[in-house]
Amino acid sequence: MQIEYIGGFQVFLGVLARFWPVWLAMAIVLVASFNFRKHLGLYGQLFDSGVGIAGVSICFFWLFTAIFAAEVAPFDPLAQIPVMKDALPGAIEPASGLTYLFGGDKLARDVFSRMVHGSQIVLIIAPAATMFALMVGITLGLPAGYYGGRIDSVLSFLANLVLAFPVILLFYLLVTPGIMDTPIPYALAGLFFLFPIIFFSVLFYTRFKDRPDRIYLLLGITLVFGGWIYAGLVFNADPFGIVSIEPNQLNIFVAVVFASSPGVFRIVRGLTMDIKTRDYVAAAQTRGETPWYIMLWEILPNARGPLIVDACLRIGYTTILLGTLGYFGLGLAPESPDWGTAIKDASRLLRSFIHPALPPTIALMSFVLGLNLLADALREQSMKD
Amino acid sequence: MLSFILRRLGVIGLTMLCLTLVVFFLINLDPNLKKLAISQTEMRATSEQLESWLQRNGYRQNFFVRYGQWLGVMPKQPNIDPATGQAVPRFSFCNEPSVPQFSGVLQGDFGCSTKFKTTVASKLFPALGATGILMFWVMVTMVPIALLIGIFAGMREGSRTDRTLSVASIATTATPEYVSGVIFTVIFASWLGWFNGSAASATSQGITFYNFTLPVMTMAIYGIGYIARMTRASMVEVMTQQYIRTARLKGLSFGNVVVKHALRNALIAPFTVIMLQFPWLLTGVVIVETMFRYQGFGFTLVEAAGNNDIDLLLGCSLVSVFVVLVTQLISDVGYAYLNPRIRVQ
Repeated sequence: MQIEYIGGFQVFLGVLARFWPVWLAMAIVLVASFNFRKHLGLYGQLFDSGVGIAGVSICFFWLFTAIFAAEVAPFDPLAQIPVMKDALPGAIEPASGLTYLFGGDKLARDVFSRMVHGSQIVLIIAPAATMFALMVGITLGLPAGYYGGRIDSVLSFLANLVLAFPVILLFYLLVTPGIMDTPIPYALAGLFFLFPIIFFSVLFYTRFKDRPDRIYLLLGITLVFGGWIYAGLVFNADPFGIVSIEPNQLNIFVAVVFASSPGVFRIVRGLTMDIKTRDYVAAAQTRGETPWYIMLWEILPNARGPLIVDACLRIGYTTILLGTLGYFGLGLAPESPDWGTAIKDASRLLRSFIHPALPPTIALMSFVLGLNLLADALREQSMKD
Repeated sequence: MLSFILRRLGVIGLTMLCLTLVVFFLINLDPNLKKLAISQTEMRATSEQLESWLQRNGYRQNFFVRYGQWLGVMPKQPNIDPATGQAVPRFSFCNEPSVPQFSGVLQGDFGCSTKFKTTVASKLFPALGATGILMFWVMVTMVPIALLIGIFAGMREGSRTDRTLSVASIATTATPEYVSGVIFTVIFASWLGWFNGSAASATSQGITFYNFTLPVMTMAIYGIGYIARMTRASMVEVMTQQYIRTARLKGLSFGNVVVKHALRNALIAPFTVIMLQFPWLLTGVVIVETMFRYQGFGFTLVEAAGNNDIDLLLGCSLVSVFVVLVTQLISDVGYAYLNPRIRVQ
C-alpha cells in the first residue's frame, strides 16, 4: 500500500495545532501571572528577566503537555500499526486519516504520541522523587547541622558512602529484575516514605503543641492521609484502591530517592551550620524553644531560597537519571514510552533512521534546560534581596 | 598536614570496606546467584542441579566467610571433586590453588570473570587503560575550553558576552551524554559524514581523529557547562576585590589585570570542581562507551552487571569507588595547598 506524506511545513503546522490545549492553558496562566506578578512574590519576580520567562514557559509547556497528553497525542503510545513501520515524518495513516507527525519507530508506533505520553512518566516520577529526597535530606540534615558531634559524623559518613557510589553502579545493583523478589526495595521504600510523615508530624507538633484545637486536627490529617498513601505505596494495600504503584516503578522511585537524598542532606547540613549562628536562632534559644522548633520554624524557612533553587536543579537532574535508567533498560517496561527508553531504542538504529531519535532527545533536553533556566533566574532573584 | 592525609586515608579505607560489603551483599542476593547458576550450567538444569552447582562451587558458604575470602583475610578452600578427591578449579579458564591459602584482593587476586572467561585482572586493567586514554582526551579538551568560557563570561559580569556564554553553559549542563551523543551522531556521522558513529575500531586499529572525536566531544560537552559556571562565579567574585580595583587604578590595562592579578586567584575554586568531576565522568564513561562501543571500563562494567559476573563487578566497583575517593582527597589537599587562607588541622 502506498503511504501518502504531507510536507515539512504542514508537519510544523500540524504539531502546533495538536498542542492547542497546551497553548491555551499556557496563555491563560502566563498572561495572568504576568499581570499579577507584583503580588506573586518570588514566582512573580521571575517575570522580570528574560531567562526567568523562558524557564517558566518551558516548564509550563511540559507540565500542560503531561496533563493534556490524552488530548494532544493523536494515537495510543503503545498501538502498533504495521503499515507505518519506520514511516518518515508526515506519513498519513490510511485507516484513520491522521498523520504520524514525527514518523513511526521500528515497532510502527507514533513517535509524536510516544513523546507526549513520555512526558507524563517523567513529570510524575521526577518531581515526586525530588520531593521525597528533599524530605529525607531535610529531616536528616537539620539535626546533623544543628547538633553536630557524633550524630553529624555518623550521618555524614553514611551520606558520603552513598555519594562515593557511581550512580550507574548503584542503579545496576538496585534496579534489577531479581531484586524485586527480595524485600530490599520494599524495606527501602518503607524507610524513605516514612520521612514525610515524620517531617510533617514534627513540624505541626512543635508549632501547635500548646493549641489543642489545631494540633489534633493537623496531626490527624497528617497521620491518616500519610498512612493512607504509605499503605498504598509500600504495601500496595490501599483500602480504597486509589493509591497504587507498579512494583518496577516503586523500585525506580526508591533508587532515585536513594541516589539524590545525600546531596540534599549535604546542602541542608551546610545551610543549617551557617544559619544556626544567627541572632534570631540565639533569640529563640533564649526564649527556651525546643531544638526541633528552632530547626523547623527558625532555620528551615530561612534556608528556603537555596533549597528552592536546588530543588529545581534536582528535578532536572532526576529527569536525567530517569533517562539514564531508561537508556540502560533498567526498571522501566521495555515498551514504556518514557524518553530514556525511546532514546535507547532509537540510538541503536541511528544508521538507518534518525527521525525516531530526535523528538525524545529534544524533549528531554528542553525540559531540563527549562528547569535549569528557572533555577538560574531564581538564584539571581534571591541574590538581589 | 600529614596527619590530615593519614586520617583521610583511614576514612577512605573504611568507606571502601563498607561499600564493597554492600556491593558484595547486593550481588550475592539469591536471585542473582540463581541467574549465574543458570548461565553457567546447561539451560535445562533442574532447580536441584542449580542448587548443587552453587553448593559445589562454594556459593552457599557463610556470607562473611565468602566476603573474607574475596578480601583475602580468610583462606580460600580448594574445590574438591567428591568422586576423585582431586582439587579441580571452579572455572576451567582460571587457575586456582589446590591447597587452602589466602588469595583475595589484598593479595592481588581479583578472582575470575565468568562472562569473559578469564581472570578479572587480565580483563579489568586493559579496560582501565583504554578508559584512561579516553579520559585524557576528554580532560585535554574539556578543561581549557571550560576555563576560557568561564573567564570570558566572568570578566565583565552582566555584559552581553556573559549572558550569551552563561545561557550556553546552562544548555550544556541540560544535555546528558545520551542526548548529546545521539544529536552529534545524527549531525556529524549520519548527516555530514565527518566522523565515525562508532569507536569500536579504536580498540582494534588504534585511535584516530575519525573514530574518537565523537566520544570525546560527547563526554566533554556535559562537563564544560558546569566547570565554566563555577569558573565564572569565582571570576566574578575576584573581579570585585579591592586589589583588582587598585591594579586598575594604578593604570594597568584590563587584559593585564585579568591575566596577572585575577586569573591566579580565580582558578582555585575550579580546581576543586574539576577534580570532583571524576565521579560524574565515571557515569559518562559508562554511557559513552556503551553508546560508541568502545571497549573500556564502562563497557566492562555494563557487561559484568548485565551478566551477573560477580568477581568482575566487584572489581569494577572497587576501582570506581577508589577513583572517587582518591580524587576527593586530592581536591581537598590541593585546595589547601593552592589557597593559603585555608589551614587544615
